[in-house]
Amino acid sequence: MGPAIARVMMPKAAKAADVIEIKSLFRHPMETGYRVDAVGEAIPRHVVTLFTVDYDGERIFAVDLSQGVASNPYIAFYTVATRSGELLFSWTDDRGETVQLSKSLTVLP
Amino acid sequence: MITRRHFIAMLGSCFALLVPGFVGAKTTTPGGAQRALTGGAKATRDRVTLTMPGIAENGLSVFTTVEVASPMSAQDYVKTIHLLAEKNPREQVASFHLGPRAGRAKVATNIRLAASQQVTALVEMNDGSFWFDTRDVVVTIAACVDGG
Repeated sequence: MGPAIARVMMPKAAKAADVIEIKSLFRHPMETGYRVDAVGEAIPRHVVTLFTVDYDGERIFAVDLSQGVASNPYIAFYTVATRSGELLFSWTDDRGETVQLSKSLTVLP
Repeated sequence: MITRRHFIAMLGSCFALLVPGFVGAKTTTPGGAQRALTGGAKATRDRVTLTMPGIAENGLSVFTTVEVASPMSAQDYVKTIHLLAEKNPREQVASFHLGPRAGRAKVATNIRLAASQQVTALVEMNDGSFWFDTRDVVVTIAACVDGG
């Protein structure tokens, strides 16, 4: 088995109203569609076009990506710890494939 | 290590990118994306801090951070942060959608730059106002090369 496709780095617990940083990394070629292979054939575009984050069922963050984002897209952002729950991270590429990862956050009073 | 064969392949990829009508060729004029996103509305150079290296040794992956001065309250928050690279085949690189729950309007990612150019962070607030910042980045090895 290879390395994980999706990785999210964030604290496991936070105090209510704390602003926490979340860093995500997704293994993907982000093939631009501009390159040609050794025999001159265009390599088809293959990019992650959408990254979304739902916290307790509510969309808190989303990114529209393009071929201008580097391979293995890294995205970091912040959110306010509101209450204990699941954060659902989703990456969708232009072939319609979606990979999801869920992380739980414990929010202390 | 870059072998001679790789270097020649890189050059080939670069020239291919310059040929008009090549797959995925530029469909907008430089700066066109900003006009399209603002709908022609005025954008002010303030409140936004775009951080990038002045010299990017590798255009395939350039660390980019955007921070916006905003209280991120329910009444006053950053709605969208756009990253624009005018000399890339596609100017609009990424758009980050935030809300008051972000707490802090700061995002980071790695982008590709096809040439030395000015990169723009264009920000739309929830009140519909637009703000921006720019950075000039010199790219040593452009992202059109092979070997990503």
